[in-house]
Amino acid sequence: MSASNLPDSAVLRGLTQRRLGRRDALRISGLSALGAALAACGVQGKAKPGAGASVAPDAVAKYWTGKAKVGHVDFANWPLYMDPKKPELKTFTKETGITVNYQEVIQEMGPWFAKVQPQLAAGQSIGFDLMVITNSIQFAQFRDSGFLAPLDHSKLTNFKENAAANYTKEAYDPGNVYSVPWASGMTGIAYDENKTKRPITKLADLWDPAFKGKIGMFSDTQELANFGLLKLGLNPDKSTSDDWDKAAKELKAQKPLVRKYYDQSYIDALGNGEVWITQAWSGDVFQKNLSDGTNFKFVIPEEGGTLWTDNMTIPITAKAPVDAITLIDFFYRKDIAASLANFINYVCPVPSAQAVMVADANKLTGKDKTAALEVANSKLVFPDDDVYSKLHYYVSFANVEDQQTFQKTFEPITLG
Amino acid sequence: MNRVKRQLAPYFLVLPGGLWLLLFFAIPMIAMLSLSLQQGDVVYGYRFTFHWQNYTDAITGYHDQLIRSLIYAGIGTMLLIALAFPVAYWIAFYGGRRKPTYLFLLLLPFFVSFVLRTISWRQILTDDGPVLHPLKQIGVLPDSYHLLGTPMAVIGGLVYNFLPFMVLPIYVALERIDPRVVEASRDLYASPALSFRKVILPLALPGVFAGVLMSFVPMASDYVNSEVLGSQSTTMIGQVIQHKYLQTSDYPTAAALSFILMAVLLVGIFAYARALGTEDVMKVAAR
Amino acid sequence: MSQSILERPASTEPARAARPRRRLKGSTALYIYTWLVIIWLIIPIAVMIAFSFNDPAGRYNQHWDGFTLKWWHPAKLFAISDLSQALWTSLVIAVISSLVSAALGTGIGYALGRFRFRGSGTLNVIMFSTISSPELIMGASLLSLFVSLNVGPGFMTIVIAHIMFSISFVAAIVRARVVTLDRSIEEAAADLGATPWTTFWKVTFPIILPAVFSGILLAFALSIDDFVVTNFTAGSTVTFPLWIWGATRVGLPPQVNVMGTLIFGVGVLIAVATNIRSKKQKSA
Repeated sequence: MSASNLPDSAVLRGLTQRRLGRRDALRISGLSALGAALAACGVQGKAKPGAGASVAPDAVAKYWTGKAKVGHVDFANWPLYMDPKKPELKTFTKETGITVNYQEVIQEMGPWFAKVQPQLAAGQSIGFDLMVITNSIQFAQFRDSGFLAPLDHSKLTNFKENAAANYTKEAYDPGNVYSVPWASGMTGIAYDENKTKRPITKLADLWDPAFKGKIGMFSDTQELANFGLLKLGLNPDKSTSDDWDKAAKELKAQKPLVRKYYDQSYIDALGNGEVWITQAWSGDVFQKNLSDGTNFKFVIPEEGGTLWTDNMTIPITAKAPVDAITLIDFFYRKDIAASLANFINYVCPVPSAQAVMVADANKLTGKDKTAALEVANSKLVFPDDDVYSKLHYYVSFANVEDQQTFQKTFEPITLG
Repeated sequence: MNRVKRQLAPYFLVLPGGLWLLLFFAIPMIAMLSLSLQQGDVVYGYRFTFHWQNYTDAITGYHDQLIRSLIYAGIGTMLLIALAFPVAYWIAFYGGRRKPTYLFLLLLPFFVSFVLRTISWRQILTDDGPVLHPLKQIGVLPDSYHLLGTPMAVIGGLVYNFLPFMVLPIYVALERIDPRVVEASRDLYASPALSFRKVILPLALPGVFAGVLMSFVPMASDYVNSEVLGSQSTTMIGQVIQHKYLQTSDYPTAAALSFILMAVLLVGIFAYARALGTEDVMKVAAR
Repeated sequence: MSQSILERPASTEPARAARPRRRLKGSTALYIYTWLVIIWLIIPIAVMIAFSFNDPAGRYNQHWDGFTLKWWHPAKLFAISDLSQALWTSLVIAVISSLVSAALGTGIGYALGRFRFRGSGTLNVIMFSTISSPELIMGASLLSLFVSLNVGPGFMTIVIAHIMFSISFVAAIVRARVVTLDRSIEEAAADLGATPWTTFWKVTFPIILPAVFSGILLAFALSIDDFVVTNFTAGSTVTFPLWIWGATRVGLPPQVNVMGTLIFGVGVLIAVATNIRSKKQKSA
């Protein structure tokens, strides 16, 4: 069967013959003249100096003039952020005629930014008109690179009416120039009590050698850093690079006990018994319990937890921004917000939705009623000051150098 | 006129393809080299500053993963030689008319995507899957034993995915051996073991060399096997490079790491070729 | 010394009789071993095919729950729209890249096999490098290029990358065939007044066509299953292997198994068919 032999002998001949003679080597070293060309290369940055907090007053008008309804929205979101039956989207399509293509393509902020950055930098569409991004380092990167469209608040009437006051003054986007919250969430500890045999209350439990090989942590550096800092009693909001080094050392000591560093897939690992105790996001556990009938528990540790906000934003190269902003405002309707919070169990940005949820719960009976009331009154969905006092934001940075130092300190923990 | 045309013919034939390779194989290497010497940030831009620190940072930060990758690839290659040689030997000498069929069977896995093959293995090797569960039930293995996430699983995956790359070159070399040479050695009273050691093995060496080249290099730079079958204690340099390009946008460090990996592999190949003696290899190849 | 040599002939007779038996035992062991290896190679494929007939109870296709053919029904098979889209994207990319790389590669292969020219050495080095280069480095360097040129990765960059790594494979196959060409046929054509152009298209090309066709098939197979290089050059475009990669955390739906089995089946059929055809051609 020579046909299958022939390529191999040709390749073999290629492999086993001596290829580079002295003349070839000289010729190739002539390429070093291209060294000058190397210096001419550089990757253009997209950020304009002083970008970020302030935005030119006519930027909104400039972006939105001429944009018209298209009839379709491509929506990129995280997993476990909507009922798989998508009732809210169905209602939206029925009322407005705009179809929605909902994709759960975002699992972690770092990879999401890295994936779409080159395309956005080249001015290309990323295939989505609406994306939900966390208020992490990457949010600042998106904003400073000019990748986010400034929102036209004249189209966000529901938001103005129904959003909780504190969401309009967030440090990462004061005045909601580029984003409005989708949901807020907390990072705490999820565990399977059947396996751990005791209730978990402290961050130190994640360092407990009794759970060796059954501990899960996030691979996101900001999530890791916060837990490392909080365990040592340090405040992430005021941490310095010395604090980061100490936290990194603590996390490195934990490494032999950790089964794996996860993105959102930690919840599946918990589900199939791969881990017994893991860093977790508040709403996931309840959804898992609901969908799979499990009995996992979620706690905010004594030493503290993390509070973050996921925000709806429109990428600057979106093909259907008008439809996207209509969808954004749709989610701030009281009944829609209530329906969403009821399923996802994350912090609802619409306080008046609680009344709606309670009213809906009272219409049910028996076990359904208790379950629904539990969610409606849950401190994880409508937290009070008590809960907020234990929560901290991600570490923020004064400049790019600090941010790079931070990344260099914590990245090696997850990269083996 | 015709003669000139005929002389220019090869250049015209080669031009489109050659240009494509130049543009998209050679020049990207230069772009990567340039990127590895830049510093800055993905948002504010990178500037070319001969920033050699990228290389030193890369080595101090990730030499563990680099060494680990070389070790895994080394063990994997040795396992491959041990596993592949008997198969190649049997097919070459005893395959008879069914040689092409056997080779085809060996290549069968390549009709399924690399990722799918490895994920299938993950499914088979889960803590309570069809392999571990029975063994745990009969007590051969402790209940808490897990195969996934260990170096064994990663090396196993590497060996699985690259076996044909080792079998085929060895097979080609063995198949080329004139059976009369072996017969002659037997006639000269050599035992089968001796004729194997002194006649067959040296003639098969160029095949082994080619096989090592075609498997060690991709194994050392693999990241799929460790990502799917391993854990963070098995992180290979390929994963670090992939992580830095596609997850943290740290292009300069990633480019520096890629060059370091390439350099290490090239040095290894040349040293290996020296050790084996490229003269013999050339002579056999010329046949 | 000479004494022992003289003695040997007598003892070789029974030894020779013993040797065939020993060889058979050794070869049986090797035979079993070879088949064990082949079975080991096929296990994951068998698992993949088996689980395309599984009726999973939950979200995951992990445990065997029951036999069903429903995932093979087109309605259910294409139920996941972005998976079907990814498969379609993979097919389109494979078709384009295999045809273009065949065109470019045939030129190189023919030139290298037929002519001796300056630069053939360098070309050989580049070709050898493309074949033996780790995919990681090729992908990383391409992404570096696109980032430096501010070109957004996407469908076009994937096609470019696939063409790039397929050219050398096609060229190697074609060159191997061209090297064994009987020049006298070309000379005969020239004697009959044909220009080199006509000779190539009417005489040479039909003869090397099977090799070109093998090259197209190989390039197609390389492209449709490629993961590493595609991962680096895809941006937010999704191909079939990339979709699988993205979905592994959440669990692979049975549709993936069905599609993987289909691709496998078609590939095997084509390979067997080409094999049979070339056997027929040889015996004809």
